[in-house]
Amino acid sequence: MNIVVCVKQVPDTTVVKIDPVKHTLIRDGVPSIMNPDDKGGLELALQLKEKCGANVTVITMGPPQADLVLREAFAMGADRAILLTSRAFAGADTLATSNALAGALKAIPYDLIITGRQAIDGDTAQVGPEMAEHLALPQVSYVVDCEYKGGNNFRVKKETEDGYEILDVEGPAVFTVLASGYKARYMSVGGIVDAFDRQVEIWTEANLDIDPGKLGLKGSPTKVMKAFTKATKAAGQVYEVDAEQAVDVIITKMKEKFII
Amino acid sequence: MDFELTKSQKLFQQMIREFAEKEVKPIAAEVDEEEKFPTENIKKLGKLGVLGIPTPKNYGGAGGDHVMYTIAVEELSRVCATTGVIVSAHTSLCEDAILDNGTEEQKQKYIPKLASGEWIGAFGLTEPNAGTDASAQQTMAVADGDDYILNGTKIFITNAGEADVYVIATMTDKSKGNKGITTFIVEATTPGFSIGKKEHKMGIRGSATCELIFENCRVPKANMLGPLGGGFAVAMKTLDGGRIGIAAQALGIAQGAMDETVKYCKERKQFGKSLSQFQNTQFQLADLQTRIEAARYLVRAAAWKKDHGMPFSADAAMAKLFAAETAMDMTTKAVQFHGGYGYTREYPVERMMRDAKITEIYEGTSEVQRMVIAAKLFKK
Repeated sequence: MNIVVCVKQVPDTTVVKIDPVKHTLIRDGVPSIMNPDDKGGLELALQLKEKCGANVTVITMGPPQADLVLREAFAMGADRAILLTSRAFAGADTLATSNALAGALKAIPYDLIITGRQAIDGDTAQVGPEMAEHLALPQVSYVVDCEYKGGNNFRVKKETEDGYEILDVEGPAVFTVLASGYKARYMSVGGIVDAFDRQVEIWTEANLDIDPGKLGLKGSPTKVMKAFTKATKAAGQVYEVDAEQAVDVIITKMKEKFII
Repeated sequence: MDFELTKSQKLFQQMIREFAEKEVKPIAAEVDEEEKFPTENIKKLGKLGVLGIPTPKNYGGAGGDHVMYTIAVEELSRVCATTGVIVSAHTSLCEDAILDNGTEEQKQKYIPKLASGEWIGAFGLTEPNAGTDASAQQTMAVADGDDYILNGTKIFITNAGEADVYVIATMTDKSKGNKGITTFIVEATTPGFSIGKKEHKMGIRGSATCELIFENCRVPKANMLGPLGGGFAVAMKTLDGGRIGIAAQALGIAQGAMDETVKYCKERKQFGKSLSQFQNTQFQLADLQTRIEAARYLVRAAAWKKDHGMPFSADAAMAKLFAAETAMDMTTKAVQFHGGYGYTREYPVERMMRDAKITEIYEGTSEVQRMVIAAKLFKK
């Protein structure tokens, strides 16, 4: 079985600063990490690898330094890594990103495509589902559990707002995974030692089966008018009490603050 | 000349820091309070390859280096000095001792199990009457056919009771003094070997520190580590390596105490401003962070020299001396900055101060480190 996992390198902070002129994230000085949901997706792929001997390819689109998340994927147990990097990809919104990834996926053998639900820097949750549409594949989003049923069949648990659904899926398909469902393994020390000696394949637009007009800024209908950092509020206090006690708590607090 | 960590060392630092924060830190107070050996975490570290970092891959190790190993001990000790010393004693004092001095058969037999964490390692040199004067060994090993028969007692042995393999210094010929000392590899299941009293310590309370008792303990000649009469050299060389680990442990304790102090000084307000706004706070912490950074360079330089096959004995002594004294000063100041809260177990700096003290004592006291450094100075 061939599994492809799409991952993204994101800034490791919830307090992201935004360039007031360009309306883009200021990445300088902020350490980068593998997006947590994507890492959960990679964990699912590696667990399937252990169960049915799958070959796990990891792919990311980003600047040359995004190479680091692929090294991390190697150290966790991935078999192959591809970095899509070129000026032609710059300024991509979710549509252009999903087009680029789908273009690359057409050139990679797969039985299953896994990615995270959403990235912590953009929070759109669009790239995975868009990719599935471009490739005309069935998709299951918000995956928290996946059981391998032999062949190319999976029983998938999908989280919904008020519960969950269990779906039987036959691959090839696209799953978008929640980090809460899959606690990612740590990199092994031996894997880290080897990670930088292994080959990360560098792909540009030349490797993709796609119209160049659909890539990067040109292929991005999204125009950001304004971006700003949300003002921080003080941490709230959580009371786990029944309704009656809750009323007392609220009234006491309001009195304390002279609201009533 | 390059002061940067390599890419793999940096990636390893990211991984071990995450492990320390998520797996080790949450149980550090409990490990201390209940004198509980963190078995589960040690198993996890073994699976990840942290118990065989500088060990070559052909012996089942991770194939890393001693710089990475110091990063591991530093990051673990930053949140839990107990976990740091368990890894240090296992790696430097047992695994490295066998790797550096063992025969091919000994390496094949013991190293893969130690590197994977299937077996835990320990080292026994100290005796009731042989502390800093390690040459006064009274544990005797007498040849008997294809075996040696060991009799005697070791004390203050780190990882004792938890370990499966021990590197033990013995006296094989009293008339020869230092040259009469021989080291052996002793398995915990060997008849005649037992664990004695467990110490109740001021700090690193989760690490097992016990007495080892040898009563007609029969060890095959094939388990002799290094040449007959060469045990003192084996022990001293092993301790040189061990000191790099303890220096890293002290460095981690110091940095951990600094992290806690910076956090506290930002939050704590007195006289209408946070402690971090007082120049007294700023100057004291600036001086201490300078010493911590200097200790880090000494630790990594000693490890780097070991990795490059260069003499590192005095470097390791300097690293341990400086890092240990920095850890003691930093943790004492950390408690002071925390005031009354720092004296309670509500904050980790109290534990860190207790943990720091041992780094000035074990694997050679600070006085021994000064002897080693001075010996190199006056050798010329």
